[in-house]
Amino acid sequence: MELTDIIREENLVYKKSPLLTDNVMHYCPGCSHGVVHALIASVIEEMGIQEKTVGVSPVGCSVLAYNYLDIDWAEAAHGRAPAVATGISRLHPDRYVFTYQGDGDLASIGTAEVMHACNRGENIVIVFINNAIYGMTGGQMAPTTLVGQVTSTTPRGRDVKLNGFPLKITELLAQLDGTGFVTRQAVHTPAAIRKTKNALKKAFENTKKEKGTSFVEVVGTCSSGWKMTPAEANRWMVENMFPKYPLGDIKDI
Amino acid sequence: MAKFRGAVVVDTERCKGCDLCVIACPSGVLALAREVNGKGYHYSEMANPDACIGCGNCGPVCPDSVLTVYKVKVQ
Ligand SMILES: Cc1ncc(C[n+]2csc(CCOP(=O)(O)OP(=O)(O)O)c2C)c(N)n1
Ligand SMILES: [Mg+2]
Repeated sequence: MELTDIIREENLVYKKSPLLTDNVMHYCPGCSHGVVHALIASVIEEMGIQEKTVGVSPVGCSVLAYNYLDIDWAEAAHGRAPAVATGISRLHPDRYVFTYQGDGDLASIGTAEVMHACNRGENIVIVFINNAIYGMTGGQMAPTTLVGQVTSTTPRGRDVKLNGFPLKITELLAQLDGTGFVTRQAVHTPAAIRKTKNALKKAFENTKKEKGTSFVEVVGTCSSGWKMTPAEANRWMVENMFPKYPLGDIKDI
Repeated sequence: MAKFRGAVVVDTERCKGCDLCVIACPSGVLALAREVNGKGYHYSEMANPDACIGCGNCGPVCPDSVLTVYKVKVQ
């Protein structure tokens, strides 16, 4: 059988979501942000909610997410995406409103906003990309940086005496009565990607059901910041991040 | 038992050569090319096209969504 017999429209099993624009992503090779962008695009596409979805992008590497997903967007000041999403969702209760935030944005400068949005049970989806580092600004320590992890601001590794402990903010948010669905996923294998897609779909469906705030953490890699190849970064994540940040649903009501 | 043949089309100019699709492929179909694209990346390509079963594992692991996957049932 010739390749030309296989490469035909009727034999298609996977293609780039039409919700993704033709802009070339600015992310480094192997960056988890791109994988999650594609998943959000396909969930929105499958649910047919392109015209009813509003994203709020953060400050961090994904600040330019609005260039890649063809939906409505707002861009929030650093850490303030849940506050901006609150306003949009309250003014437009028929919209699917989500924030997309890194660990520096969400768990450091934006801790107050995410806590209170989740505690109020805002009817929004929060997508949290935890790569244990400030990727955009050059790989500084984040609240989620592991003990002993080398970053540009912890050259001898994170020291708890000096820097405190890694912040498991997802577990904290699960304690709040306002959250309906809290889960932690990853995108390092095809199976993990399928699970993350299902989690994102459930989160967006919860908006329709008004189940409170849905929170989807994705443990991801930052191969540039971690100074590894993308393949090494995935292995490092499995060995070091997953024991501290175990995958699975934390709350589902 | 049904047998499947597949094919992967790579948008080579947008590929950043991260290697994640090569690792995700269970059949050893994909490899990074010796040549580089306009951005200087060793792009992914079907080095062993006859082995492709069209499983589609490579597609979603690509951060840049540069892969399109096809699959046909033979016999
Ligand atoms: C008010 C303010 N403080 C600090 C910064 C600098 N800054 C830009 S991005 C960033 C952290 C980004 O890290 P993260 O949210 O983890 O996103 P990543 O790039 O890792 O995806 C910081 C501190 C800023 N832009 N604005
Ligand atoms: Mg980060």
